[in-house]
Amino acid sequence: MLDLTYETPKPKIIAGAKHDWELVIGMEVHAQVSSNAKLFSGASTTFGAEPNSNVAFVDAAMPGMLPVINEFCVAQAVKTGLGLKAAINLRSAFDRKNYFYPDQPAGYQISQLYHPIVGEGEVIVDMGPGIARCVRIERIHLEQDAGKSIHDMDPALSFVDLNRSGVALMEIVSRPDIRGPEEAAAYILKLRQILRYLGTCDGDMQNGNLRADVNVSVCRPGDYERYRETGDFSHLGTRCEIKNMNSTRFIQQAIDVEARRQIAILEAGGQVDQETRGFDPDKGETRSQRSKEEAHDYRYFPDPDLLPLEIEQAWVDDIASTMPELPDAKKARFMGDFGLSDYDASVLTAEVEAAAYFEAVAAHADGKLAANWVINELFGRLKRDEKDIADSPMSPEQLAGVIALISKGDISGKIAKDLFEIVYVEGGDPAKIVEERGMKQVTDTGAIEAAVDEVIAANPAQVEKAKANPKLAGWFVGQVMKTTGGKANPKAVNEIVAAKLGL
Amino acid sequence: MSIDESTAAKVASLARIRVDEADLPALAADFNRILGFIEQLGEVDIEGVEPMVSVTPMRLKRREDVVTDGGMQDKILANAPDAREGFFAVPKVVE
Repeated sequence: MLDLTYETPKPKIIAGAKHDWELVIGMEVHAQVSSNAKLFSGASTTFGAEPNSNVAFVDAAMPGMLPVINEFCVAQAVKTGLGLKAAINLRSAFDRKNYFYPDQPAGYQISQLYHPIVGEGEVIVDMGPGIARCVRIERIHLEQDAGKSIHDMDPALSFVDLNRSGVALMEIVSRPDIRGPEEAAAYILKLRQILRYLGTCDGDMQNGNLRADVNVSVCRPGDYERYRETGDFSHLGTRCEIKNMNSTRFIQQAIDVEARRQIAILEAGGQVDQETRGFDPDKGETRSQRSKEEAHDYRYFPDPDLLPLEIEQAWVDDIASTMPELPDAKKARFMGDFGLSDYDASVLTAEVEAAAYFEAVAAHADGKLAANWVINELFGRLKRDEKDIADSPMSPEQLAGVIALISKGDISGKIAKDLFEIVYVEGGDPAKIVEERGMKQVTDTGAIEAAVDEVIAANPAQVEKAKANPKLAGWFVGQVMKTTGGKANPKAVNEIVAAKLGL
Repeated sequence: MSIDESTAAKVASLARIRVDEADLPALAADFNRILGFIEQLGEVDIEGVEPMVSVTPMRLKRREDVVTDGGMQDKILANAPDAREGFFAVPKVVE
């Protein structure tokens, strides 16, 4: 069994003017489902198309058009649920969430308020070696995305593009188990990692394919534990919801300033109003969006156009049988099978493509060496070229070839770096290149002895000094390495130099 | 349940329907008559009866994840009061 035990991190404490405060954070993450077509229409989900070209009549809410559900989007939500160790609801249903906005042509969003497709699950959020926060997931429901409004193309008009209207979203709702800004950032990144492993969302935060509403409240030390024991929310403070964040940096800043705002109100004897707030990164403050909230009486009701979504356990089992190895299991296996450190295993499992690359290298080479070369040399080299692992000009077999030559003692570590660069830039078989270009390490003691003799004969003054001060032997080793073009086995050179100098 | 004039005004505002102040009492009265009619259902004993969501014994129809629609910007925009550069153009809405 894999070792997945961990310790719980301490919550973030903010010192107020009067006493200490703790943060309590819950997140609603909207993840765009990776699919070809939309949730209820056959229009494409491709990003960056001509405005209003990826729109079917149902996405534009033309009268008389009816939604027909995309079964693959349902499968993706189920897969995500399984990936978060969550309960799958074989019967779920769709509701209408009513509100008017120009990029919402139907006047309602189809969502799942009363009967979501996925129930309770959990996400383990790593906060350091052996330290992790278990964040409980309350539910995941399927819903439609809205269109996009552009406000800066005309002084008097807003421009509306419905390409995104109707694209499937998964709203992943956490319990208030996140206890600080760093944990919030780590939570969304862990979620992103799992979704990318599953292939259910591409996790592109910049394009808004993964974004979060963050609920923040503050409480006194001990209150949170009382809430966890009793399940009674009255032990917690009043929360505010910060809407629509798509950067981990802004999420952290927003939580911090919002918590401090609430603490200042409470310490002055005031009350926090439950409301929706927006974060302004330029001013570094959150602002009330209450005017909007008043209009948001959503009047949910079951969507009469859609029957309940009933799925079969056998279908869920089929999806379960296609589940990939997930980050926690992969990391634990890398640590166990290859003896990697927690840090190295985390780095290598951050992206599923990098993990696969490493495994392909480690299949033919020592695991720890493979990890070092992938992390330090290959990642560094790719970064310089601004390339992804998928575009690496060097195959795992080629890198394994380089490492095998080091392990065999055919090349020194220094030559290996030169060889790495040659293979990376020119391609080819590492063993052949070493042979053809005479890069092989000289382990023949006769040849090394000759080189040492030569250096000693040419530098009698240095010899005297070295005899008085044995530390200077290193100078001879350096000279020999130079005359042999770095190909001499450093260990052999050391021994021979010491013997010849009589040290 | 009883609908007063301010609730009637709120419902109208949420539905983006303009109702003159003078018409609110009549609207509220209408709502109350409708609700009263529906409340008769409260007399039925529904103990242990599953809510009925459809009168047809059908399974929710599904589609495959294939792009079969779209690519008709002109038709989508055909009825728009104002459209520019492929977008619907609407009065400025900024939060």
